[in-house]
Amino acid sequence: MGCEMIELPLAVLDRLMPMHAIIGATGHISHAGPTLRKLEPGDGFAGARFLEVFELRRPRNVARMTELLAPGGTRLSLRLRGRPEIPLKGLVLPLPGDAGMLVNISFGIAATQAVGIFDLTSGDFPPTDLTIEMLYLVEAKEAVMNESRNLNMRLQGAKIAAEEQAYTDTLTGLKNRRAMDMILERYKSCGERFAVMHLDLDFFKQVNDTLGHAAGDLVLQEAARVLVEETRSEDTVVRFGGDEFVLLLHGLTGPEALKAVALRILKRLEEPILFQGVPCHISGSIGIALSDDYVEPEPERMLLDADKALYVSKNAGRACLSFAHDLQKGQATREPGVAAQGSG
Amino acid sequence: MHGLINRSIQCFLRDTYGAESWNTIAAVAELGHNNFEALLDYDQAQTEAVLGAAAGHLGSPLEIVLEDLGTYLVSHSNMHSLRRLLRFGGESFVDFLHSLDELHDRARMAVPDLSVPVLELLDHSSSAFTLLVRHDYPGFGYVVLGVLRAMADDYGALVFLEHQGEKDRVEMVSIELLETGFAEGREFALAQAG
Repeated sequence: MGCEMIELPLAVLDRLMPMHAIIGATGHISHAGPTLRKLEPGDGFAGARFLEVFELRRPRNVARMTELLAPGGTRLSLRLRGRPEIPLKGLVLPLPGDAGMLVNISFGIAATQAVGIFDLTSGDFPPTDLTIEMLYLVEAKEAVMNESRNLNMRLQGAKIAAEEQAYTDTLTGLKNRRAMDMILERYKSCGERFAVMHLDLDFFKQVNDTLGHAAGDLVLQEAARVLVEETRSEDTVVRFGGDEFVLLLHGLTGPEALKAVALRILKRLEEPILFQGVPCHISGSIGIALSDDYVEPEPERMLLDADKALYVSKNAGRACLSFAHDLQKGQATREPGVAAQGSG
Repeated sequence: MHGLINRSIQCFLRDTYGAESWNTIAAVAELGHNNFEALLDYDQAQTEAVLGAAAGHLGSPLEIVLEDLGTYLVSHSNMHSLRRLLRFGGESFVDFLHSLDELHDRARMAVPDLSVPVLELLDHSSSAFTLLVRHDYPGFGYVVLGVLRAMADDYGALVFLEHQGEKDRVEMVSIELLETGFAEGREFALAQAG
C-alpha cells in the first residue's frame, strides 16, 4: 500500500496540535507541544516516561506504550496522575521507521475546568480547534439559564401569591369558603376527627347602620383577630360570609374543651371595639357539630347541623353556644358574664 | 423585539439613571408594566416607545441614548457576562473586529430567536475599517458604536469612531485604529472567576 511521506518541522506540529507528544521506543516523551507543556509547569514533561505522567483509563493494564500501536491508531482515555480530576482524551499513532509514536491529547468537555486550572488563553488553542467556541457556548448557556431561572422564580412567586389570594378573605385575612371546602374534603378523606363551630356576630347590623361600613369592617377585622388568637395553629378560621364565621378545630372533639374555647370567644366578643373613639358593642352566637357524633361524618351535613345549633343559640339570646347533638333538648349555654337579653 | 434587548434597555436606564427615572419612562411609554422579562417576546412598538420616552425624559437625542446603551452593555458590572462573551471574539482589538462578522450567528447559537444586527467588516488598511450594520431597527448602528467604544477601552486600544449615516437599511460606522496598546486594557481569562 503506497503511503506518501512528508516531513514536518516540529514547529508546525506545535501550531497544528499544541497538545501532542512524541514518544520514543522506550516510552519516554521526547517532545511535547506548547499547550501540553503547560500541564506540567515545572519541566514540561521533558524526558519523563509517558505512562508515569499519565494514567491510562482505557485501554487498561497497559505496561508499555508499544502495546498501543495499531495501524489506525488507538483511542485513549487518560488522566494526568497529578490532576486526576481532569479527564483527557487522546489518540496514539505510530510514526514511521523507529521514530516512535505520536500522541495527541484533548480536554474534551473538561475544557471549562482545564482552562482555569492551567491558566490557558485562546492562543493555546489553534483556530481550528472548537474548544473556544465550546467555552463561549457554555457561558452563553449559563447566562440564558440564569435568566430562565430568574423568570421561573418570579412566576413561581406570582403563582403562590395568586393561590394565597384565591384562598384568602381580603378584608380579614382569614381563609375563605374555597379554602374551607378543601380542608373539609381532606379531613373527610383522611378520616380526621374535628369539630365545626359556626359563629354569627350579634348586633353587627346595628354597628354598620349607625357608624357606617368602615366601622363594620373594623368590627369584622377585630372579631377575626379574636378568633385567630383563641384558636390553635392547626385550626382553621374561615370567613363564611357577611358576619358569619366557621372554625374548623382539628382533632378537638371533647364537648367540654370545645365549650371552653367557645366561651372564651364569646367573652372576648363582648368587649367593646373602639371605632374613632366610639365604642362598638357586639356579641356572638355559636353552634357546634362534632365529627365523633356521626358514623360517617359528611362535612355538608355537619355544617348544616352546626347552623341549626347556631339558631338554637340565637333564639336563646346573645353570647350563647349549643351543640348539634343537643338539638332535641333545644338548650343553649350562656357565657356566664352576660345577662339574658335578645340578640341581633 | 426580544425580551433580552428590552430587558437590556430597562437595566441600562435603571442602573444609569435610577429606578425612579425608569418608572417614569415606563409610564410615559404606556407599557402597562415596568418590567421586561428577558425570555419573553414583546411588540417592537414597546421598544420604540421606551426609547422615545427615554430620550424625552433625559433630554438627549435618541442617537446618544442608543450609544450610551451600547457602552453600558460592555462596561457595566451587571453586564459582565455579555462583555465576556464578546471578548471570546479574539485576543486583540483587531481580532475582535474581525470576529464581528460572526456575531449574528454566535448570538443565534446561544439564543436562537434573538435577532441582532448582521455585521460586516470592510478593511481598507490595517488601521482603517468600515463596519456595516444591517438591522430592521434603524439606529442599531449607534448601539454598535457604543459597544465598539467600550470594547476598544476593554482591549486598551485607542480608536476614532464615527457613525456615517444609513443607506438602504445599512448603517455605516467608520473605525480608525490609532494605537493598539494605548492603555492597559481589562483582564480577560478563559476561565470564569469564582
